[in-house]
Amino acid sequence: MSDQTMQDFKNLAPSNSQKFTQRLLPLVVFAVVVLMIPMFNPSSLVLTLLNVMGINIVFALSYNMLLGRGGLLSFGHAVYFGLGGYAAVHAMRMIEEASYGDGGFWASYPVFFLPVIGFACGALAGAVIGWPSCRRAGTPFAMISLGVAELIAAAGFMFGSIFGGEEGISGDRMNGPELFGLSLGPISEVYWFIAFWTIVGTFCIYAFTRTPLGKMSEATRDNPERVEFVGYDPQRVRYLVFIFAGGFAGLAGGMAAVQYEIFTPEAVSLAPSGMVLLMAYIGGIRYFAGPIVGAVVLTYMQSMMSDYSEAWLLYLGILFMVVVMFAPGGLAGIVAGLINGMRAEDRNERIGRWLTVSAGGLLAFAGLIVLIEVAVRWSNGYGEVFEPFGMHLPTASALTWALILIPIAAGVGLLRLAMKRKEEGHA
Amino acid sequence: MTTPALSITDLRKSFGPAKIIQGVNLEIEKGERHAIIGPNGAGKSTLFNLISGGYHPTSGSIRLNGTEIGGTKPYLINRMGLSRSFQVSNIFANMSVRENVRCGVLYSMGYGYSFWRNVGNLKEVQRKTAEILEKVDLLDKANLPAALLPYADQRTLEIAITIAGGAEVILLDEPTAGMSHSETERAVALIKQATEGKTLVIVEHDMGVVFNMADRISVLVYGEIIATGAPSEIRGDPRVREAYLGDEADALENGDAA
Repeated sequence: MSDQTMQDFKNLAPSNSQKFTQRLLPLVVFAVVVLMIPMFNPSSLVLTLLNVMGINIVFALSYNMLLGRGGLLSFGHAVYFGLGGYAAVHAMRMIEEASYGDGGFWASYPVFFLPVIGFACGALAGAVIGWPSCRRAGTPFAMISLGVAELIAAAGFMFGSIFGGEEGISGDRMNGPELFGLSLGPISEVYWFIAFWTIVGTFCIYAFTRTPLGKMSEATRDNPERVEFVGYDPQRVRYLVFIFAGGFAGLAGGMAAVQYEIFTPEAVSLAPSGMVLLMAYIGGIRYFAGPIVGAVVLTYMQSMMSDYSEAWLLYLGILFMVVVMFAPGGLAGIVAGLINGMRAEDRNERIGRWLTVSAGGLLAFAGLIVLIEVAVRWSNGYGEVFEPFGMHLPTASALTWALILIPIAAGVGLLRLAMKRKEEGHA
Repeated sequence: MTTPALSITDLRKSFGPAKIIQGVNLEIEKGERHAIIGPNGAGKSTLFNLISGGYHPTSGSIRLNGTEIGGTKPYLINRMGLSRSFQVSNIFANMSVRENVRCGVLYSMGYGYSFWRNVGNLKEVQRKTAEILEKVDLLDKANLPAALLPYADQRTLEIAITIAGGAEVILLDEPTAGMSHSETERAVALIKQATEGKTLVIVEHDMGVVFNMADRISVLVYGEIIATGAPSEIRGDPRVREAYLGDEADALENGDAA
C-alpha cells in the first residue's frame, strides 16, 4: 500500500482536534459543571436532587449499553442496580461492625469505595442471570428479563436476611476510614462522592463503546448473523456486554446505597426497571449523551413535578408516547436535529416549521393539561376546582371545555399543517 | 498430493421430507476459482450454508484443509480461514463503511472480545482496514454510513467484509446479483484482484461472470452435481444443456449472459 493512500486514510480518521472536541471536550465540560455546582451554595434539597441525578445518570447509561448499543430490550435492569445496592449496604454494615469490633478487612475498607462492591455484585448477577438469557436477542430476551425481574422482586419479600423484608436493610455511611477528608455525613460531602463516581462511571461506559467488544456489540445489534461470519459468537458478545451493563448498574446501586443508607425490595421491583427504560428512551438511545439527558429530566420531573401536580405520571406517560411516536431519537435526537438544521441550506424554512410545531405542540399540551387537571379533581370528589391564573374551571362550565377543546383542535391543526409543509418541501 | 482446500464427500441435507442436497461430492484445490451454477432451487444456497456452518448436514462430510467442519458453528469455521458473502447485502447498516470493514478485521488480528483496548489506537487494525478499503476502492466513502451507500457499493462492501479477515477460502454468493452491466464488470475485476492467490467458490447466475472467472465449474441440479469440469467441457456437456432450458441454455452456449 502506498504512503499516499495511508496518508489519505489518516485524513479520514478524525483529526486530533476533532477527537478533542467530539470526545474529550463534552466530558471535560461535564466534569467542570459537576465541580462548579457547589460554588453556588446549593440548598440540601438541590444537592439531594443532584445526587439522585448522578445515580440515575450512571444507571441509565448502563441500561443503554444493552438497549442502545446492544439492541437488547431489558425489562429487569433494576435487578442489577438493586443487587449491587444491597451488596453495598451489607458491606456498609460489615464496615460498621468491624470498626467497632475486632477490625479485619472491612475495618479498613472505606465507604467511599462501596460502589466497587456494587459493581462486582452487579456483574456477578449479570454473569449468572445472563448465561441463560443472552442466548437469544429480541423478544425472548425481553421476556426472560421480565421473568427474572418478577422472580427477584418476589424473592425480595421472601429472603429476609438478604433483603430485609418490607423495611429493607439499612446502614450508616459514617464508618470506616475516611477518604479525601470526607466524613460523608452531610449531604454536601456525599455530593463529592456521587460526583466522583458519576464521572468515573460515565467515563468508563464511554470508554467501553470504543473497545473492540463495544464495537462488536453495535455490530451484533445491527446484524447478529453477519457477526458470526466474521469470527464472533453473538451470544458471547451479548453475554459479555450484559455482564458489564450489570456491573455498571450495580455501581449506580452502590452510589445509591451510600446516598440513602437503606435499600428496600422496591429497588429490585419492576417500577425502577420501567423508569430506567423511560430515562434512556426519552433521552435518546442512539446518542451516548441521550440517557444522561433523560436521567436529568426524569429525575427532575420525579422529584419536582410531583409538587405541582399529583397527575405527573400521566405527563410522563404522554412525554414517553410523544417521543416514541414523533421523536424516536429522543431529546438528544431533537437537539442534534436542531443543530444540524441550523447548518442546513433551507434553514429559514426549517425554523418556520419548528416554530409551527412548537406552537402546535404547546397549544395541544395546554388543552391536555386542563383536561387532566380537571379530570383528576373531579375523580377525587373533594369538590376541589382547578384554578389556573385566577380562572375558575369546574367540570360543568362551558369555559372549561372550551379551554380543553379549542387549544387541542388548534394545536393538532398546526401540527398537521407543519407535517404537510414538510412533505411538500420534500416533494 | 496436497490436501484440497475444500473436500465434500457424499453430503446430504433434508428439511423434513424435502431432500435438498442429495449426495454432493466435490474437491476444490488450493488457489482454484470454482463456480457453482444451476437452475433456481437446485440447492446452491443450501450448499453454501452447509459449508459455511449455517446448517447442519444430515449426513456426509465437509473438510476444510483436511479438517472436518460439517455442523461446526459459523464463527469457528470463519476462524479456521473460511469466509463467505451473502446474496442479499448483509452489512452493519448503522455503522460507517470503515467500521464495517474493521468489524471484519478485528478477530483475525487477535483482538477478539477485548474490552481494555481503544480501537482508535490499534495501528495495525487501522492499516489493514485501509488496505482492504483501498483494494475494493471504497476509500473515498469510508466515513459514510453503510446504509446510505448505493446498491452496487453495498455489494462491494459485502465483499470487503468477507475478505477483511484474511480467510484463504472465500465463498461468494451471487456477488453481482442485481448489478448493471458496467457495475458487474467492475465487480468482477475487483473480485479477481481482491481474491488473488486465494481459493474462491462462487455461486453465480451471470454466465458471463462464470465463464470469465472460473477455473472449473460444477453444475448443481436437484441437489446433485451432474458435471464438474473446465468451462469448455461444461459448455459442451449435453446433460448440462438439458438441465438448462431456453434463454439460459443459449447464454450457456455463448458463454455470455444477456
